[in-house]
Amino acid sequence: MKRFLLFLPLLVALILGVVLFAGIGKDPTKLESALIGKPVPEFSLADLQNPEARLDRSLFRGEVSLLNVWGTWCPSCRDEHDDLMWLANEKGISIIGLNYKDKREDALVWLDRLGDPYRTTIYDPKGTLGFDLGVYGAPETFVIDAEGVVRYRHVGVVNPKVWEETLLPVIEKARGNS
Amino acid sequence: MMRFVLATLFVLTAGLAQAEVAAVYDFDTREQEVRYQNLIAELRCPKCQNQNIADSNAPISQDMRNEVYRMMQAGASNEEIVDALVARFGEFVRYKPELDSRTFLLWATPAIAVFGGLLVVAGVVIRARRSERQATGLSAEERARAEQILAGQDETRDR
Amino acid sequence: MFPELGQFALILALLLAVLLSVVPLVGSVTGRDNLQAFARPLSSGMFVFIAMAFGLLTHAFLTDDFSVAYVANNSNSMLPWFYKFSAVWGGHEGSLLLWILMLSGWTMAVAIFSRRLPTVMISQVLSVLGMVAVGFLLFIIVTSNPFDRLLPNVPADGADLNPLLQDIGLIMHPPMLYMGYVGFSVAFAFAIAALINGRLDAAWARWSRPWTTVAWAFLSIGIALGSWWAYYELGWGGWWFWDPVENASLLPWLSGTALMHSLAVTEKRGVFKSWTVLLAIVTFALSLLGTFLVRSGVLTSVHAFASDPERGKFLLMLLAVTMIASLALYAFRAPVVHVRARYGSLSREIFLLLNNVLLVSATLLVAIGTLYPLVLDYLELGKLSIGEPFFNLTFSPLAVAAGLLLGAGIFSRWKKTDGGWLGRKLLWPLAISIVASTAVIIGYGGFKPWAFAGIFTAMWVTVATFWDLWDKSSSRKGRLHGLKRQSRSYWGMVLGHLGLAMVMAGATVVSNYGIERDVRMTPGDIATVGDYQFVFTDIGERRGQNFTAQYGGFDVMLDGEKVAELHPEKRQYSVGMSVMTEADIDAGLFRDIFVAIGERLTEDAWAIRLQYKPLVRWLWLGALVMAIGGFLAVSDKRYRIRDRAEERVPQSARPAGGVKGEAEALS
Repeated sequence: MKRFLLFLPLLVALILGVVLFAGIGKDPTKLESALIGKPVPEFSLADLQNPEARLDRSLFRGEVSLLNVWGTWCPSCRDEHDDLMWLANEKGISIIGLNYKDKREDALVWLDRLGDPYRTTIYDPKGTLGFDLGVYGAPETFVIDAEGVVRYRHVGVVNPKVWEETLLPVIEKARGNS
Repeated sequence: MMRFVLATLFVLTAGLAQAEVAAVYDFDTREQEVRYQNLIAELRCPKCQNQNIADSNAPISQDMRNEVYRMMQAGASNEEIVDALVARFGEFVRYKPELDSRTFLLWATPAIAVFGGLLVVAGVVIRARRSERQATGLSAEERARAEQILAGQDETRDR
Repeated sequence: MFPELGQFALILALLLAVLLSVVPLVGSVTGRDNLQAFARPLSSGMFVFIAMAFGLLTHAFLTDDFSVAYVANNSNSMLPWFYKFSAVWGGHEGSLLLWILMLSGWTMAVAIFSRRLPTVMISQVLSVLGMVAVGFLLFIIVTSNPFDRLLPNVPADGADLNPLLQDIGLIMHPPMLYMGYVGFSVAFAFAIAALINGRLDAAWARWSRPWTTVAWAFLSIGIALGSWWAYYELGWGGWWFWDPVENASLLPWLSGTALMHSLAVTEKRGVFKSWTVLLAIVTFALSLLGTFLVRSGVLTSVHAFASDPERGKFLLMLLAVTMIASLALYAFRAPVVHVRARYGSLSREIFLLLNNVLLVSATLLVAIGTLYPLVLDYLELGKLSIGEPFFNLTFSPLAVAAGLLLGAGIFSRWKKTDGGWLGRKLLWPLAISIVASTAVIIGYGGFKPWAFAGIFTAMWVTVATFWDLWDKSSSRKGRLHGLKRQSRSYWGMVLGHLGLAMVMAGATVVSNYGIERDVRMTPGDIATVGDYQFVFTDIGERRGQNFTAQYGGFDVMLDGEKVAELHPEKRQYSVGMSVMTEADIDAGLFRDIFVAIGERLTEDAWAIRLQYKPLVRWLWLGALVMAIGGFLAVSDKRYRIRDRAEERVPQSARPAGGVKGEAEALS
């Protein structure tokens, strides 16, 4: 019995080794959204292109779409912009933009110069909708289904790989259900 | 908006420069201020490399501090405030994990370790007592002499 | 050319390390003295080559050789020379080179200072140390070579040392820490050697003890330096965050403290041997685990080195191989024979065993709190954060319990302590502690349960220590003679425990009675913190060697008198454009006054952080006192006087092999 006890530390070490090994390579800064399965929070914000128009969460009803959080101050957003154009134009994906903590003039110039992949862009200069969505940095992209329920949140740039492996499966599942 | 209000207040109170300064976030009592400080020390910045929102300069930390302050002034309890932030950012922002089925082992560990250890010590003591009773073959006189010698040694060399 | 020489030196060192791992070990099990004779020269050779490599890397830094990638990433021509020197260990590769330098230094020290040890033992100890060196040298040469070149595109200038690291604290903190981590490898080597040759007895414990104590002392200093550095450098007055990297250094310290005390029991009484060996292995494992955690990217921390999964895997392999081999050896070879030990339920043995229970529980607590998020993430149960609130809540009761036990344990005697006698002995110290603690609590501003617990514990330890000192130093020839008669080992213990009391007092008081205020100030404003008034006198700009700064002036008043003038800064570094807050602190033995500049709120108004921190210096002074105690204990004459008993019995007559339970004659 005593001899068996002496093997316990070895066992513990082996288990720990497995766990630690699995942890290598994972990015500890990518958090899962707390809103998965919940509807997009209520908001009332202006349309970026059309300052008089007020937008609210009914914007998301009717089809599965991506909600892309971006700002002109964010270099990675510039990196993913072309891929977003590709998604919108080639793949016909409905993307709604959330212009987060930005200046309207800068955002308009940006879209003018680089192209506008968004069906509509919400203007959120103070980041209130971003805050309610649990956004903690840009870029972030949400998958929202036809009922306006959040299905997934991706932190970081969207590129073809991310699209294929991460976003597309979620979108298909969301489409299947609705 | 906040900045504008603060700037206005500053301008209006400039003449009262010798009065007590305002806290960056204003509270009615010292207790409130301490309550706020404790709250923001317990919440984690979702963006930073392991910092609470009290110490972090990230914009999201700033937003979270504002929200904590706003909710405090609106009369929310500590639990409500933390829950509101957790509802948006996830359990990740809570530095003190809730006690649930996932974290039971975490919270129980110190108690288990200490009590387990105490059991072991109790076992050791009982075993030592038992072997004490199984006396070796020394006569009473020899035993007394041995104890005397040992006691003498213990006195002079206790380290 | 020099960097290539450095690389070559490392490879030569590796070769020597391989030989060191194998040759003396083979010699020791086959009884061939000629092979064992290689141990010492190989150890020295290994050290010489590693020192050469380290010297060459230093040379590269001091001469701004930006063709070396590591220098280009961590230095800059505008960096002051002393920071160029400390930049040698400012990044991952260089810090590992420092690690291995320390390891080879310790190996050589063991080779030099162990003339009296049996040849078999010393051969095996050095071989094990050689094996550890092989692992790390391989890691450095294969994955983390500091001598990699950037040819042919040599950058014109370097990326600069992270401004956070441009500080006296950095110059000292890693070397002290590594001395501690690496020092525990010696205790580990002794443990493995004992398992291999079967000679696990009180003499073994006596040989291990000084090495363990010195390592522990250095680790204490290293941790204290880290805490002190965070306090004044990071700008918000915190001194411990329960950050994973900090925890990684605390784990071997807690386990090492348990080991130190367990070794004492094994040395004096020949018991708890298996336990002590396990602790020696675990303590070193925790050192290695710490090294792994901070470089692998597995946990997030402000302290972490840049993470690289490849390096993480290699390090983990290294850790796994070391631990599996050692723990397997332990499982098969550790003695299960019960020594017929006789000790009473209140004997010193039992008190120290309880001490171990508490320390090991604390170790487990910190380890689980640090690794739990990782485990949950692995099991896909979500991302959790475990931080200060959790650790403070769970660690404090253990610390208090350990302190209370200490006070009582000081009076305990080996083998048997009479319960009634002990109880009576403790009455006066108890009374004095209660009264003194109450006075302190009232003095600081009011009763708080945890504050009282902490202060009482510190007081209890202090009073008990002095009481015991008083008892032991009574002598017919006068008190002074009685005091001088105590061994250095005893004085070491006294200082060690007093240091601990200081740390507890400091931690308790600063946490419970410190005051912090974040205020909005413009020049001319006055803010109140506790009994102090802070007058914001002005704000201007100044230039440093590699930065520009906003420079604020504050007068600190107490009862109308100016007690300090403080000048906190907000610096912007020219290379890299990072912004650093440099707090200014009026340091005192019994309190610190702390001012830091925060955000600029408007054109003239700034967010200023003001803090009153009572007794905060005692945290680090206490750690220093503990370390001095450790060094003092190691200079005890028992380690210096030739062991006459051992000399009388010739080496060849010693029985070899088999499991030993003998208690060796104490000199």
